Amino acid sequence: MALLSGAQILLESLAREGAEAVFGYPGGVTLPIYDVLYDHPLRHVLVRHEQNAVFAAEGYARATGKAGVCMATSGPGATNLTTGLVDALMDSIPVVAITGQVPQALIGRDAFQEADTFGISRSATKHNYLVKDVRELSQTIHEAFYIAISGRPGPVLVDITKDVLLAEAPYSGQQAMEPLRGYRLEVEPTPEAVERAVEFLWNAERPYIYAGGGIISSGASEELVRFSELLEAPLAHTVMGLGGMPAGHPNYISMLGMHGSYAANLGITHCDALIGLGVRFDDRVTGRLDKFAPDAKVLHVDIDPAEINKNRRADLGVVGDARAVLKRLNERLAETRGTLGKKRRQTRLAWMQHIREMKREHPFCYQGSSEEIKPQCLMEKLDEIAGGDSIVTVDVGQHQMWAAQYLRFNAPRLWQSSSGLGSMGFGVPAAVGAKVACPERQVIAIVGDGGFMMSIPELGTIASNRLPVKIIVMNNNTLGMVRQWQELFYDKRYSEIDITSFPDASLLAASFGITGGSVASPEDLDDALQHAFAEPGPYLLNVQVAPEECVYPMVPAGGAVSEMILQPESQAAEAVAGD
Amino acid sequence: MQQLISLLVENKAGALMRVAGVLTSRGYNIESLTVAKTIDPTLSIMTIVAEVSEQGRELLIKQISRLVNVVKAVDLSESRAVRRELALIKVFVEENRRAAVLTEAQVFRAHIVDASPNSYTLEVTGSQDKLNALISLLRSYGPVEMIRSGTMAMARAKHNKLPVPRFSESALSDG
Repeated sequence: MALLSGAQILLESLAREGAEAVFGYPGGVTLPIYDVLYDHPLRHVLVRHEQNAVFAAEGYARATGKAGVCMATSGPGATNLTTGLVDALMDSIPVVAITGQVPQALIGRDAFQEADTFGISRSATKHNYLVKDVRELSQTIHEAFYIAISGRPGPVLVDITKDVLLAEAPYSGQQAMEPLRGYRLEVEPTPEAVERAVEFLWNAERPYIYAGGGIISSGASEELVRFSELLEAPLAHTVMGLGGMPAGHPNYISMLGMHGSYAANLGITHCDALIGLGVRFDDRVTGRLDKFAPDAKVLHVDIDPAEINKNRRADLGVVGDARAVLKRLNERLAETRGTLGKKRRQTRLAWMQHIREMKREHPFCYQGSSEEIKPQCLMEKLDEIAGGDSIVTVDVGQHQMWAAQYLRFNAPRLWQSSSGLGSMGFGVPAAVGAKVACPERQVIAIVGDGGFMMSIPELGTIASNRLPVKIIVMNNNTLGMVRQWQELFYDKRYSEIDITSFPDASLLAASFGITGGSVASPEDLDDALQHAFAEPGPYLLNVQVAPEECVYPMVPAGGAVSEMILQPESQAAEAVAGD
Repeated sequence: MQQLISLLVENKAGALMRVAGVLTSRGYNIESLTVAKTIDPTLSIMTIVAEVSEQGRELLIKQISRLVNVVKAVDLSESRAVRRELALIKVFVEENRRAAVLTEAQVFRAHIVDASPNSYTLEVTGSQDKLNALISLLRSYGPVEMIRSGTMAMARAKHNKLPVPRFSESALSDG
């Protein structure tokens, strides 16, 4: 058997696990890896900051469902990964992070660029490893991919000491999986759970499907649509779930939660059977928990047993992969259709009708303007351009919520948002990863001016790799969501929210060797967008929007979902009563 | 309320950190924690006593179970598990009361493991209450130094919830 160095084994193992690209940044202790990489076929994308390496790996993973791979050196390289790792953990995104570590002889001696990566990443990952023996490296990489992808996906970090990278070991390329005794996967639901769920579902008079990221990660879109059709039940998505059901489907309502629609939030408040699929009853969805879906019995399906009963007690918890569970449920629902009496079916159809009426009467709306570009208007135009099948990555803040409200997706894995952690600076590097994963697909990064300022270095990555990504900066010259909360809950005491000295977009882009431009007046917006998307290469478009616009509807933090604010006070605000 | 958790974990670097991390990141204070290898040296058993809110207990067990290195986690708080703790107690005692200390030790079935002209060191095992009783008694004889192991717990035969490796199985697997 051939003897290979640890660095060679690492790259061969990554290739064996199907990695097509590594997003990374070299440094002292990873020099052996980069030396092997010099003439290795594995593609490496040099990012401009390690945090963006993880975000790009996430972008790759969110677009494909495969594990995204990122790499950083010891010390600062590894610590810079932390935010992205937690981001991937919160959103259950499969990422394998490789970090170099100082040689074993120096560990614990405060060596140059030494950090306790293993300890620091413990709470930032699904699982992590410190490899101190080159003979364990190949197996460890195999396990890392397996753990990252299987069950509830998540980030796995492998910290490798420099001496391991230099040491040699036999490498066969074959990989036998040793059993992971502490790692249990409960993919298939038990038959009893399925039967109880079927009974639960037919007993409902006002069913409501609340579907999240678990639909996307298990690839359950088809089954989800069928499920909703079999039940004739309305469906709302979390931010993580957007695209799970095509937005144009008649059973689809919209996003729900803090900035969800009237119909989605009133629907969930009045349903009598809440069906949570691959969701975690996040506080941004539930608002005040004791007033969330107060009349509903809850059926909760999740692959992670720890999610059942975490925030909302489930009347029936089903542990399993969303796709596997929905498959079984759909079979049984089709077989037991007759169970639903005529009267109950009438009640259910009336309920569905009621939800559709609410949706029609209370769409997401805003006051148009001929003087300034309304951010919602920008989103509507981007929705047309995206056409439901472009990949759209966003940052965090107002633009994220408006994009979630106004953009419609026809398929899963098109919408990418740092949803759980809410990391600004996510959108642009995620677009880099998405474009590397899907070169044929249109990739649009919609970001705010605040988050864009955190991502500017990646214009270098985009330019160097000639990635034709379109970056649309929704620029209100302010940290809009912070401003919104200060306006509504802090007596308009606007504190440290002005993003002044924003660079000239065309000059900034030009200095990186890409094209860019700015637009501020509504009548020029169409032309500016048309120009940006006609450009074959990357394009940076800075869109000056109305600075004082707030995202509505809004459920005040800690408030009941049914008490959402529908529109600004100036437009005769009305708080919607629960009943 | 005190929660008693028994864990079968893989004997790997970082396993203790992961388990402890689930508790500490939620702000739970670990009252005691014992860990040692089982008959199968690749596995360890941990017993943890921690102050955990009533609502937090089910979630805590699930979140610990979710760790890749944890084979099984069970909540023994409500069960009639056998609970034992070891203490080493050094009592400094005047010459005229040395004999009395020996009598106390006998009552509690403690062993003398070290003696010096002005002190005895006692080794005692038992329930927490028994150890507390002996310690407060010895304090009336003079200054006391002590170390306690923390609680170890084993489910009773009929309710054995943890798949504890057995001697016979391990003898087979070790060849």
